Amino acid sequence: MDSAIQIINNLTIGFTSQKGKQISILKNISTTIKKGETVGIVGESGSGKSTLALAMMGYVKHGLYTISGECLFHSNNLLEMKNKDLENIRGRKIAMIPQNAGQSLTPNLKIGYQIDEALKLHTDLKKEERDKKISELLNKVRLPSPEIMAQRYPHELSGGQQQRVAVAMALAGNPELLLLDEPTTGLDVTTQAHVLELLNFIAKDTGTSMVYVSHDLGAIAQVSDRVIVMYSGEIVLDGPVRSILKNPIHPYTFGLLKSIPKLTSPGLPDSMSGSQPQPGTIKTGCSFYERCNLAEDKCKNNSPTLEYIDDLNTSVRCFKYKELINVKETNLDIVKSINNDVLQNEILDISKVSISYAKQKFIDQLLNKIDDSNPTVQDINININKGETLALVGESGSGKSTILKSIAGLLKTKDGMIKFDKDKVLSNDLKMRDPGFLRAIQLIFQNPDESLNPNHTVEEIVSQPLRLYFGLKGDELKQKIIEVLEKVRLGEFYLTRYPRQLSGGEKQRVAVARAFAAKPDIILCDEVTSALDVSVQAAVLNLLQELKEDFGTTYIFVSHDLAVVRAISDRVAVLYQGRLCEIGPSKNVYQLPSHPYTEVLLGAVLEPDPDVKPKLVAEDIVEEMPPEKGCSFQGRCPRILGDICKNEVPPWQIGENGNSIRCHIKVEELKKQQNIN
Amino acid sequence: MTLEKEQKKNNLQKVYEVIKTMASKPSGLIGLSILLFHVILAITSPLYVPYDYKAIDPSLMLQAPSSEYWFGTDSLGRDVFTRTILGGRTALTVTFFGSLIALLWGGALGIFCGLVGGKIDDVVMRIIDAFLSIPWILAMLLIVSLLGTTTLVLIPALGFFYGKGIVRVARAATHDVIAKDFIVSARARGHSNLSIIWNEILPNVRDAIMVEGAMRWSWMLLGFSSLSFLGFGVSPPTPDWGLMISNARGLMSFAYWAVLAPIFGLSSLIIGINLTADAFAKALGIDRSTKAPV
Repeated sequence: MDSAIQIINNLTIGFTSQKGKQISILKNISTTIKKGETVGIVGESGSGKSTLALAMMGYVKHGLYTISGECLFHSNNLLEMKNKDLENIRGRKIAMIPQNAGQSLTPNLKIGYQIDEALKLHTDLKKEERDKKISELLNKVRLPSPEIMAQRYPHELSGGQQQRVAVAMALAGNPELLLLDEPTTGLDVTTQAHVLELLNFIAKDTGTSMVYVSHDLGAIAQVSDRVIVMYSGEIVLDGPVRSILKNPIHPYTFGLLKSIPKLTSPGLPDSMSGSQPQPGTIKTGCSFYERCNLAEDKCKNNSPTLEYIDDLNTSVRCFKYKELINVKETNLDIVKSINNDVLQNEILDISKVSISYAKQKFIDQLLNKIDDSNPTVQDINININKGETLALVGESGSGKSTILKSIAGLLKTKDGMIKFDKDKVLSNDLKMRDPGFLRAIQLIFQNPDESLNPNHTVEEIVSQPLRLYFGLKGDELKQKIIEVLEKVRLGEFYLTRYPRQLSGGEKQRVAVARAFAAKPDIILCDEVTSALDVSVQAAVLNLLQELKEDFGTTYIFVSHDLAVVRAISDRVAVLYQGRLCEIGPSKNVYQLPSHPYTEVLLGAVLEPDPDVKPKLVAEDIVEEMPPEKGCSFQGRCPRILGDICKNEVPPWQIGENGNSIRCHIKVEELKKQQNIN
Repeated sequence: MTLEKEQKKNNLQKVYEVIKTMASKPSGLIGLSILLFHVILAITSPLYVPYDYKAIDPSLMLQAPSSEYWFGTDSLGRDVFTRTILGGRTALTVTFFGSLIALLWGGALGIFCGLVGGKIDDVVMRIIDAFLSIPWILAMLLIVSLLGTTTLVLIPALGFFYGKGIVRVARAATHDVIAKDFIVSARARGHSNLSIIWNEILPNVRDAIMVEGAMRWSWMLLGFSSLSFLGFGVSPPTPDWGLMISNARGLMSFAYWAVLAPIFGLSSLIIGINLTADAFAKALGIDRSTKAPV
């Protein structure tokens, strides 16, 4: 096996608990990374995938230690190597690209200098050669005008560009193995697609082996040749990308793939029950036993071993994989279609709303000058009907959360009006709002770790709206709290828990319970599933849909994930730079012809299918400010007409499918252009 | 499951657990024991002092330590041991209540400023900065010389001067939580500022403020003793360490015992409080070593 560059043998890494028990984070991991191969490691948070990636560099986090096994890089065991020797391998032979490049670049050093540092460390080149190499590297990662770029500071680059610089630095030492730890998480969809495409190019161009760690099956599908699926510190499935994503023979992978919402099959995906067991809690049997649909008694008491199946070139850790071998892939697409009772009854009317973050200067205030700066969000007109789910979609900086905050009253609007229930104008100022309106509009936040007070029990958290709006006390209050918790599938048992004692999904359920306790008419959901694992995301989406059907609540759902939006929404509004681009019923928005920006977004969505490649239409640029005049998308539009786009705000047109598109290009023309490509 | 273990504990249990954690490390145990020793001594010492603390006897002037006078006698022939074990009473009382006051007003104002922000915050913080720039001992001397040296003047005055720093700590701790979504959520629900402070902020900043208060206590003790040393703290013949050090320091070269005993009393109490405060911070999960005191 001369082509293998890294062999991991029976690796077990763990820690000693406070009670002196040895607990394993990784259990008997054995795998081989071959030359030129890209291996994707997938798993939910806590599955041990990052620990494994770090072990591949010979690094074990503080507090953890190697219990048994070895990690051989060209037949040297990295885990027993001295630091001095490891220094010669790290960067030169094995390089790592971190998740957040913005945080891993030194903020006060120029990009060129930082790459030069890496070159000095890892190569023996002279100054002039290094300078040439810097330009070469920046060119390789496709950063425009490398000489200028090298003179910039990290904060002058966009997130995608920073990630490219991180790739360039990793390539500085010409490594044989590149480890990537969630390199595209946190990037916008279009940027993500561009970075993945770059990584693919580099893998082919340099022949470097890559290990790509991610929770995102969509990203994994685009870059990997082989996929390793991890669960609870074990490899449960290991095989070629196609066979794993198209015909997963482990029930966990099967469930995981089913719980991902897909553009091609609208509707809510199936969710998996339960959550990954905490390290050290499983003693005997299969670690997936509790969540498995196929489980039988045998699975409870015997741990399955990783079994190699010759036909499929795949290893699987399951007793019952044979039942899944013959399941056709179409079964993965079974979804519950949503069917909302939308009444033709307007509940929220957002008209001509503009919001500006710019603060008026003190002198202007004195002179009573009217603030004429370019507002962050401009001219938003949306009507929302009772019982509807409206989604606001766009990349970061598109103003979707800003709009949500003004509806909640947390941010003052500069212009325009928000009317509730036909004729009741919602005050601009939170303090002036009628408590009844405050109750009617509730918020659910992205990250439950931040939205739940860490020093409150679940009981205290859920009791707040009940006490505030309904003045409940004593037994009546407690009864009501239990009732609300049961609605979100949490029992009485959770009352005395603190948020830190709950899993991510449970925390988000508590946040949902708190919002529903107020008996609201409208719930504003701000990226409610983006901090959750895929299997949990599906469960929360299903829960939100069920609650909506029970209570007839209206949702305004903000997300950057087009597939999630497709799954849950009735109507979609696409935003760019705080301006509406397109709005309409979701099935229509997701069909071409559509606004060029929607087209770009849809093209960049990553499906967990290696055969569906993203279409990269527009340049990967990030604009800081909305343009002063003309179309908001003029800077990146692949179909720009010319001066008209730069000077005039485009008109609304009704698209072929009944969606409204704001573009200078006629719908017929759009259709022609988009069908050609 | 691990979840079942950590059920909600009542407050008494929490206090017990914090103390247990503090005592589990040697430094915490030593600190707690010293502090406890001093507190018990301060409460019970009048019951068993061997001599009258104000009995002046010129014939017994500056006696060296002996079996009769354990720590010797001072320049007026008073028993140093008696005066030493009584000497911490005023200091402990004044500084305990003083730091309590500092904790309360400093914490309240700090949280308020952190929450409200804007112009009010600016103005209040500049005033605090202005006060921070005044050497506290000069200001204290002024207050004491105008209003006298009774405990009722000293406690609020010390409480005021030592609370300024707590305002900054409380404000910074509030800023840490204020941006979190649970505060935004409470605002969006329409809770009043007071309710937000009480329910959402206080539980999250309480630990930081309490640790800061404990540290201030030891500093205040030093400050109070300095005042006494300068003659502005406790008036004679009340026994007080600062005063005793001041009176006996001129005779240090030949009657070291009269200085050493109060020095030992004062420094051991300060060390005890410091060690306790550090252990307290660690038990609450606040690492003082990473945060510079303001």
